[in-house]
Amino acid sequence: MDLSVNICGVELKNPITTASGTFGFGHEYGEFFDLSMLGGIGVKGLTPTERLGNPAPRIAETPMGILNCVGLQNPGIDKFIEEQIPFLRQYDTKIIANVSGNTVEEYCGMIEKISDSDIDLIEMNISCPNVKCGGMAFGTQVNMVEEVVSAAKKYAKKPLIVKLSPNVTDISEIARAAVASGADALSLINTLLGMRIDVDSRKPILSNIMGGMSGPAVFPVAVRMVYQVRKAVDVPIIGMGGIRNGRDIVEMMLAGADAVAMGTVMFADPMAPVKALDELKEYMQKHGIEKVTELTGAVQI
Amino acid sequence: MKQEICMVTNRQEYGNGLFALTLHAPNIAAEAKCGQFVHITCGEGNLLRRPISICDVEGETLKIVFQVKGEGTKWLSRRSAKHTVDVLGPLGHGFDLNALGERPVMIGGGIGVPPMLYTMKNAKANSASPTAILGFRNKDAVILTEDFEKVGDTHICTDDGSFGTHGFVTNVLEQHISKFTGICACGPKLMLKAIAQLAEKAGLPCQVSMEERMGCGIGACLVCACELKLRDGEQGVRYGHVCKDGPVFDAKEVVW
Repeated sequence: MDLSVNICGVELKNPITTASGTFGFGHEYGEFFDLSMLGGIGVKGLTPTERLGNPAPRIAETPMGILNCVGLQNPGIDKFIEEQIPFLRQYDTKIIANVSGNTVEEYCGMIEKISDSDIDLIEMNISCPNVKCGGMAFGTQVNMVEEVVSAAKKYAKKPLIVKLSPNVTDISEIARAAVASGADALSLINTLLGMRIDVDSRKPILSNIMGGMSGPAVFPVAVRMVYQVRKAVDVPIIGMGGIRNGRDIVEMMLAGADAVAMGTVMFADPMAPVKALDELKEYMQKHGIEKVTELTGAVQI
Repeated sequence: MKQEICMVTNRQEYGNGLFALTLHAPNIAAEAKCGQFVHITCGEGNLLRRPISICDVEGETLKIVFQVKGEGTKWLSRRSAKHTVDVLGPLGHGFDLNALGERPVMIGGGIGVPPMLYTMKNAKANSASPTAILGFRNKDAVILTEDFEKVGDTHICTDDGSFGTHGFVTNVLEQHISKFTGICACGPKLMLKAIAQLAEKAGLPCQVSMEERMGCGIGACLVCACELKLRDGEQGVRYGHVCKDGPVFDAKEVVW
């Protein structure tokens, strides 16, 4: 049984990666399972310098989901390169460095720097809903996507994955713009913008008023968008958003994903990726599937 | 840090939405330190686990005491002997009793009372002479006092005077503060702030257990941010995380 998938020339041993922002730099979940079982690790979103993030509360629960407004708390790209890459390289898995900027110049600078470090794939986050400038603003308008991706691409010496926001009218249009501007692959979806109010205090639960929704509740939206993007472009897709188990992975791949990322589900069950890999293998065995890549886009309409 | 499917061995209802469960958790119990917490799955429909402090450890069992606040804790309150629960723990870093001297005082307010029991037992086992000051809203909310009294001197106060001393834990603390060599506390933030001020005035070391809305519970998702002062007295703030850097912080570190 062949579980490997190829993302722009980088071979992942299996299609399971972790979603940026849910996995830190791997230390914590590494206490529960061997990080080498993962196809890849999407690390916490990096910015040019350290970011403190937003005040608490940064999380609100929703039916089978959460809203978060962490605000890209991270130690900055230099510390990541210096301290975290050596840690992650102890494991037999691929490193997906997720980068965010406030301006086109910041994206270019980050991508130039991270290209020269020992990572495998660059994921460019143009879809974070929790930061004041940049972030999602870049990912929601075609002309902005074109501007930032085409500029950043010039500095990318490793495959460039562009992470898309679901908070748009037409995801296919954004996907086409990203690919036309040089994206080597796409990842989707980032979180859906949401809000909750405490009815007793009549105040928003989140410090930032609004936040990004993730978890099983968003899964059908993610499947739909991956399906639409698969029809619109011909680059590898990493599908994410609410995946809980092996069957969800199969579903996301049938919709058109080449690989997937798991995230919020680990807050409920730290072992979720390990269990999901077993379930994926079981599914393949039961259905006589030799190569996991056979699943990609194989939905029958 | 372990994930364990634990059998409930005992359930107790105190009234006022307060419950205790005893869990058979040999792996977690073996590692648990006072002031740490466990993160518990509360039913199929609730995605996030609920963080609950460790009230006591006896052999292979853990005792937790919690208040029903929403759907998750309601589900948990309906578990009884022979049910199982999915528990992660022990999590966070707890109280450092070595820093609190020979006569530490354990202060708990409301649902902050339970973790002080195991803390007080540990202090006594460390050959210290601990005192407890426990505050409750009223006599119906009073819990665990007999367990504390078995360990050492225990002062009980209620906000309305319906049981024990009439007043707040801080009134009792102020009155007796010269007897103590260090303070550890868990309870509402305003109470912790007032205790931190008294500790600073008296020059006593003080550790506080903080609370925040939590996600993963292990330090990966970074949601349970607690505003802390910069080290070395520099201006500005940094965010620690209650689940991993806490729940116990040095009171001097916290931005009140």
